[in-house]
Amino acid sequence: MSTALITPATERIVPGAERKLSNRVSLGQTLANTRTMAYRGLVKIRRTPEQLIDVTVQPIIFTLMFAYIFGGAIAGDVQSYLPALIPGILVQTVVTTSVVTGTQLREDMDKGVFDRFRSLPIARIAPLSGALLADTLRYTIATTLTFAMGWIMGYHPAGGLGAVVLAGLLVIACSWAISWIFAFFGVIARTASSVQGISMLVLFPLTFLSNAYVPVDSLPGPLAWFASINPISHLVTAVRDLANDGTIGGDLWMSLVGAVVIVAVFAPLTVRAYMRKA
Amino acid sequence: MQRELAVEAVGLVKTFGDNRAVDGVDLAVPTGAVYGVLGPNGAGKTTTISMLATLLRPDAGSARVFGHDVAREPQIVRQLIGVTGQYASVDETLSATENLVIFGRLLGLTSRDAKRKAGELLESFGLTEAARRPLKNFSGGMRRRLDLAASLIAQPPLIFLDEPTTGLDPRTRAQMWDTIRQLVATGSTVLLTTQYLDEADQLADRIAVIDRGRVVAEGTADELKSSVGDSSLELRLADPADLDDARVAIERVLGVSSSISPEHVRVTAPMQDADRVTDLLLTLRQEGIRVDELSVRKPSLDEVFLAITGHGVPDAAPAEGSAELEGSRA
Ligand SMILES: Nc1ncnc2c1ncn2[C@@H]1O[C@H](COP(=O)(O)OP(=O)(O)O)[C@@H](O)[C@H]1O
Ligand SMILES: [Mg+2]
Repeated sequence: MSTALITPATERIVPGAERKLSNRVSLGQTLANTRTMAYRGLVKIRRTPEQLIDVTVQPIIFTLMFAYIFGGAIAGDVQSYLPALIPGILVQTVVTTSVVTGTQLREDMDKGVFDRFRSLPIARIAPLSGALLADTLRYTIATTLTFAMGWIMGYHPAGGLGAVVLAGLLVIACSWAISWIFAFFGVIARTASSVQGISMLVLFPLTFLSNAYVPVDSLPGPLAWFASINPISHLVTAVRDLANDGTIGGDLWMSLVGAVVIVAVFAPLTVRAYMRKA
Repeated sequence: MQRELAVEAVGLVKTFGDNRAVDGVDLAVPTGAVYGVLGPNGAGKTTTISMLATLLRPDAGSARVFGHDVAREPQIVRQLIGVTGQYASVDETLSATENLVIFGRLLGLTSRDAKRKAGELLESFGLTEAARRPLKNFSGGMRRRLDLAASLIAQPPLIFLDEPTTGLDPRTRAQMWDTIRQLVATGSTVLLTTQYLDEADQLADRIAVIDRGRVVAEGTADELKSSVGDSSLELRLADPADLDDARVAIERVLGVSSSISPEHVRVTAPMQDADRVTDLLLTLRQEGIRVDELSVRKPSLDEVFLAITGHGVPDAAPAEGSAELEGSRA
């Protein structure tokens, strides 16, 4: 126990009537608050690096596992499977990572510190927008590691570095859009584990019923139909086109339109539900 | 001229389902004082503070903080208050410094100012040594201090303290009391809740007693205590046969009537003037009445409640006061 004398600063408090006060929050303050909240997210990651296990281990394990298990069966050998596989793994890993946005938001909202945020004169939306912003770091780590792992295994994308970076940015942007869905679950669910549960229910069909691991025409009828309209398939194809050929096709625009639609639907829903609780 | 009110609440109501947690609370807290809200566990103290601090919307009634309505101008009210909740509202995974810097940045300080302010506050709250450690290994008292420090970053003119010493050991409690007194000395208004009569007595200029969501008594500590009765003197006699003689002596010397405990070994008498007890003891000695044990008891919250409401403190109380809570959310 400390024996310290507790002496708060003795500066004179400015009386309430003499303060300049406003009931509005400016856009500038909203952005500044969001940045601080994102910074908080990054500090938390630094304090608990084990949070990054999913974005570090999953790209490595999945890439190895899928390449050696399915490589021979699907493409004849591992090397010729990599150009199809790496974009698939990339999309699946990074999109899966965005579930954490929802579970962490739920955990945060249940904590005592959230009451303090609610009592501060800050933009109400900042804890939410900051969390969404900080999580783009997770997507960046997962993206970089997946491409690096592919490189080590012998995947040398023909599109060149510029196209690979662009493909990476595309995946990060789309995952950020998808994270709004999970943020919505995070705001409305009761517990973090139920967020995890609902999110996986959405995520599994979305990522596996796609062209991420197998060609669509190898799937039976209804599944093939779903896989061909699945926005994840378009995203995977867009990444393949970019990384392997350096081309920008219709799939890239489809993915971006999909991302915009998701944000247009879920951002207002999430913000409304969140403001009701915040 | 009348002094400006820091808090003015009229008919505040909050219901959870069919539980009227706060059932028409009126409060008038003068600026520059410590105002105590005294009540047992479950009385509605936290719910009341939450409404005043814009964390909960009242179902009925209204409240103003320095003249600003909590429902219509919440963002202004938030610029005028600091809230230290019953449970620590700091980030467990971060260090003390990181917590304070982030709150400072959110309040609009520059990065450098936020760091300087964090350093100053940690220094004045005796937390400098622990500043870099994660909060997981902080004691309950340290956590409370950090929590209070976090509420002072913007130097708000009104500070809410919800049960600031529940679960603290006596020494840490005394330190917290000193801190609260100094806050008032710098010009802050403090609204604190407590379950302890002696805490309200020690700190508060005025006290509102709250029970089942209603204010059942309001006034200075002295007014409150005189409505309850003062301390009582309790004597245990060596020989129970002397009981009646002792009561006669008490009647004669202290001028009050006394009561006998159910087991017929103790006499209890209200004590207005401690000085007269010397006279009583001398009288007892002269009359050959031997005293085994002598004690003075202050009225407990239970007795205050008995006197004011006609019923004792509801049974739910024990869990809250136990040390294991130690200020962190379970
Ligand atoms: N969020 C809540 N939902 C339902 N009931 C609540 C909630 N918060 C408090 N209560 C109930 O309201 C009453 C008053 O609680 P509270 O204000 O916490 O009392 P105190 O702080 O005086 O111990 C209690 O009966 C409590 O169970
Ligand atoms: Mg309480």
